[in-house]
Amino acid sequence: MSHAFVEVQQAAKRFPGASKNAPPLTVFENVSFQLQKGEFVCIIGHSGCGKSTIMNALAGLDQFSDGSMVMEGKEINGPGLERGVVFQNYSLLPWLTALENVRFGVRARWKAWSERQVTEHSMEYLEMVGLKEVVSRKPSQLSGGMRQRVSIARAFATKPKLLLLDEPFGALDALTRGVIQDELVKIWTHDQQTVFMITHDVDEAILLADRIFLMTNGPEARIAEAVEIDLPRPRNRAEIIKHPNFYKIRNYLVDFLVNRSSGLRVQENEPKGLYYPTPVNPVHVDSTTEALTNLPETAPVTEHEEKLVKFTPKEIRHG
Amino acid sequence: MDRTTTEWNVSLNVRASVLAVLILLLSLGLWEGLNHAPSLGGGEQLSEYEQLLAGAEESAKVPPPSEILVRAWEELSDPFYDAGPNDKGIGIQLGYSLYRVLTGYLLAAAVAIPIGFLIGMSPLMYKALNPFIQVLRPISPLAWMPLALFIIRDSEASAIFVIFICSIWPMLLNTAFGVAGVRKDWVNVARTHELSSLKTAFKVILPAAAPTILTGMRISIGIAWLVIVAAEMLVGGTGIGYYVWNEWNNLDLTSVIFSILMIGVVGMLLDMSLAYVARFVTYAE
Repeated sequence: MSHAFVEVQQAAKRFPGASKNAPPLTVFENVSFQLQKGEFVCIIGHSGCGKSTIMNALAGLDQFSDGSMVMEGKEINGPGLERGVVFQNYSLLPWLTALENVRFGVRARWKAWSERQVTEHSMEYLEMVGLKEVVSRKPSQLSGGMRQRVSIARAFATKPKLLLLDEPFGALDALTRGVIQDELVKIWTHDQQTVFMITHDVDEAILLADRIFLMTNGPEARIAEAVEIDLPRPRNRAEIIKHPNFYKIRNYLVDFLVNRSSGLRVQENEPKGLYYPTPVNPVHVDSTTEALTNLPETAPVTEHEEKLVKFTPKEIRHG
Repeated sequence: MDRTTTEWNVSLNVRASVLAVLILLLSLGLWEGLNHAPSLGGGEQLSEYEQLLAGAEESAKVPPPSEILVRAWEELSDPFYDAGPNDKGIGIQLGYSLYRVLTGYLLAAAVAIPIGFLIGMSPLMYKALNPFIQVLRPISPLAWMPLALFIIRDSEASAIFVIFICSIWPMLLNTAFGVAGVRKDWVNVARTHELSSLKTAFKVILPAAAPTILTGMRISIGIAWLVIVAAEMLVGGTGIGYYVWNEWNNLDLTSVIFSILMIGVVGMLLDMSLAYVARFVTYAE
């Protein structure tokens, strides 16, 4: 079991109760999962289920109350350059230009490099995200999409072994988001890093991920299932929706989030020990599970549609 | 579009300048006119008493602007003459004051900014030092003067100390405030890039807090310039504050008014120069 690239075992996050005698509030517990090298994993769940805590813990910026994290045989203890982070709010340093922001990361990563080397390497990544023309602008002079590209360039340029993306496109409009998703696919294909990403957008997850972790609602959330996405790569937004399995996967995910995520609780009879999320491949489970019985594929129920709108207000809605 | 905008800007600036000049001329005119208002009855014969006084007024009046302009021209055309301890050019007096202000101010900055950094970074230091700051800060800087004179035994150094003590607080508090308010995200960027504490301080926290620190420095230089005048009136010897008081003792109100104006002009220049520096460290989020 310790062969995995990243191994999280029985992680939990608890906050002290409101009063002295109140029981502690458990956000999630018994969360265990593995990430393989080179894998792109998305994690989806409703707000408050602790996705960001898991991500921040992996980044070393937060701590679990319980559990262990191991990466390549070494315990994760505090932040480090082998793990890069892209934050939702970009987190660029506003007094530096786009190029200087990327250089900031590259310089920290390779301290012995000459100025020229640092600049050339930074420029290469800024070019990859299509920002060659605006490298001397400050973040305030860039659009939201451009800022997030700089942030992505900074993270990829330091070549971390594990890249953590915390809802990187959450604050962007649908069109910009699509363009940057394509760029993310491109840059990820180029470097083949291991990526762990939080998202709220089902389509985005299907487009990008090898596996999607589905979290149940908090408190006492856990990762219920690990959905395998075996759509052929390279994928792109326009083509992927035409794939015969796309809607099968999409419906499965949406059904989980809308109908099942709130019902699934830690079962009384569930084994207390190490518990990994159940691997699921929606393409094959179609008729065998009861999961899809209340979601006819041919005629979507209107009530269901409404819930959909509530859940992903920003997503691009196909067809 | 651009053209109209530019035209509007220019015309606004021009109109503002015209208005300012009008206000200046009007107030100077009133001042001048009221001073020269003939105290003699229209066309009447002068009484013997009035003839003796040669038309002079009974109560002294504030000198009119024309006299002050003449005095300003005299003083400014030879600002650095030195004709003994009681008669030095305005340039020399301002030079003494500036020297004291800048020495005290720079010493204060050298102390306040590092301590402010410490307080801003460490909640422990903040809690431990805050009571001292709260008690020391409201003390009028001039109240320190007797103690400073007794301990330092040098009036020059005491004046510098007073400047030091009055300019330390805004810089200290603004630095602490700016440092404590640095966005957590930026600090996290430093952490995820494994920057050392020292590098984090210089590469992230200092640039992030710089605008707030500069604001504190700007407030401090203003206060220091206010205080130096009063301090020099107490200490005497040299400086613009002493000059004002000395001219008052000489009953030379023309010089008093002229030096008041010079205090204003120099204060404005000090503020402008710090505002200029602040432009280099401000950033838009």
